[in-house]
Amino acid sequence: MPPLPVNSSKPTPKTTFSIRASWLAAISLAVFVFMYLPILILAFYSFNASRFSATWEGFSLRWYSTLFNDSRIFAALQDSLAVAILAVGVSAVLGTLMAVGLARYRFWGKGLYRGVSYLPLIIPDIAIAVATLVFLASFAIPLNLWTIVASHIVFCLAYVAVVVSTRLSGLNPHLEEAALDLGATPTQAFLKVLLPELMPAIVSGCLLAFVLSMDDLLISSFTAGGGANTLPMEIFSRVRTGVKPDINALSVVLILGSGVLAFVAEYIRYRGDQGRSV
Amino acid sequence: MSTSTPTPSVVPAKTSPGWQRKLSHLVGPLVLLGPPGVWLLLLLVVPTLLILQLSLIPGIRPGQPIDGFGLGNYLNIFQPVYLQVIWRSVFFALGSTVLTLLLGFPVAYWIALMAPKRWRNLLLVSFVLPLWTSSLLRAYAWITILRPTGVLNSFLSTLGLPTLDLLNRSGAVFIGMSYSFLPYMVLVLYASLEKLDRRLLEAAADLGASAPQAFWKVTVPQTLPGIAAGCLLVFIASLGDFVVPELLGGASSMTVSRLIYNQFLGATRNWGLGSSLSMVLILAVSISIALLIKYGDRDPESFS
Repeated sequence: MPPLPVNSSKPTPKTTFSIRASWLAAISLAVFVFMYLPILILAFYSFNASRFSATWEGFSLRWYSTLFNDSRIFAALQDSLAVAILAVGVSAVLGTLMAVGLARYRFWGKGLYRGVSYLPLIIPDIAIAVATLVFLASFAIPLNLWTIVASHIVFCLAYVAVVVSTRLSGLNPHLEEAALDLGATPTQAFLKVLLPELMPAIVSGCLLAFVLSMDDLLISSFTAGGGANTLPMEIFSRVRTGVKPDINALSVVLILGSGVLAFVAEYIRYRGDQGRSV
Repeated sequence: MSTSTPTPSVVPAKTSPGWQRKLSHLVGPLVLLGPPGVWLLLLLVVPTLLILQLSLIPGIRPGQPIDGFGLGNYLNIFQPVYLQVIWRSVFFALGSTVLTLLLGFPVAYWIALMAPKRWRNLLLVSFVLPLWTSSLLRAYAWITILRPTGVLNSFLSTLGLPTLDLLNRSGAVFIGMSYSFLPYMVLVLYASLEKLDRRLLEAAADLGASAPQAFWKVTVPQTLPGIAAGCLLVFIASLGDFVVPELLGGASSMTVSRLIYNQFLGATRNWGLGSSLSMVLILAVSISIALLIKYGDRDPESFS
């Protein structure tokens, strides 16, 4: 127990408190700048006319025109979008089924099932990538776009299931029972009562899974073979050899895209929270 | 989806005889948990078991026949070359964890306890916003800043200061990893700090505790589970990270991820060694998670 000062005057702690607060605000501001500065610098130099130097040589859109005439980038973007949309589409169904099933039923081995469903969130990408490659190779399955989709479904469905589970645990469990008592079939109760309640969570889980799928480098690299080339693979192969101004331009385009996605996700989450509190 | 054929709706559960009811009890779990379970079994559990099997076949390379089981691959890891790589990965992960905690705690504290209440959500969301952008491009941004002729050095030289050679060294990896994983740390710490009972802080102040005393004796013990969870999350994420060491660390910064990568896609092609390293990585992460579950969920009361 620390010795207690007898005459603790009120103003002193208050002033130290406000000094501490302004220090904290200053540090926080600095860390915010740390988070945003690299992205802003990236965007800024995408308009620089010079190729080699970090010095400003005038405003130019030449890197954007280089980018938009780059068919490799567009082919890679197409592959990435195809993988992400297919994987997220399947995962939306499988992940929701899994979350509802885990919330509803008790069965032998449930702990193990749940543990396995969390594994993709925990195990490093490289371990999943390597394991999937060995699996595909040992069954002589040819590597192409579809093997990327199949391997992305593994982690996408896990993320969708986690987000939906969180929402499920906050729901009134009697809603579905009430529907059943009022004469709805289990399918009707699921589709008309439970599913609308889960929709915000399913959509935000899907957005999260979509972003992660679009961002994945390792799992795609290991399961792509020669047939497919996703955007992260293309960016990685270019960026490792140095700074490329057209990649700066690409960054700006992608950041705008993910900004829109983030806005949509937050808006849905906000609406979901509003709905819950009513 | 072909899996969602609604058999249970056809069978009215209340009037069916016993065996049929039993069957309809099975249909629900099978329809809901069967398809995702099969998918995870085929593309996660079986592959991981295959890796475990490969790791027990010394020095196996693609296309070779299986030539007896043994622990050779695991013993191989203890060669100084590989131990150095593992140590470097742990070093990067630990350093980044400490850095993100030091940078993240003030931010989370400020947002959770000091910032105006109606701004809190917006501040938190805008802090984690960079997570939505590609992790490759965020690492690439640091190349443009840190490279010898980069933004930082041209800024330093206009100020007349000596330039820094940071890229392709450990320092750049620490910066890049902290940058990548700081939002996770802030999210977890915020969740923990937000639940902090402020009356305890007031009580501490009323009892004469100075601000640092109140911080170390009330705030820190109360949020210790959150601190532990945030640290483990960042540690695990940076231990398995591939992109940052690869892009910012240069040739001298090989980590476990890159070493495993080389055994499968690189020139080395030693599947046995790669598999055993992969198993060690999975084991390390599992132990961290087990520690988190054991100590992270504990009642904060028991810490004070």
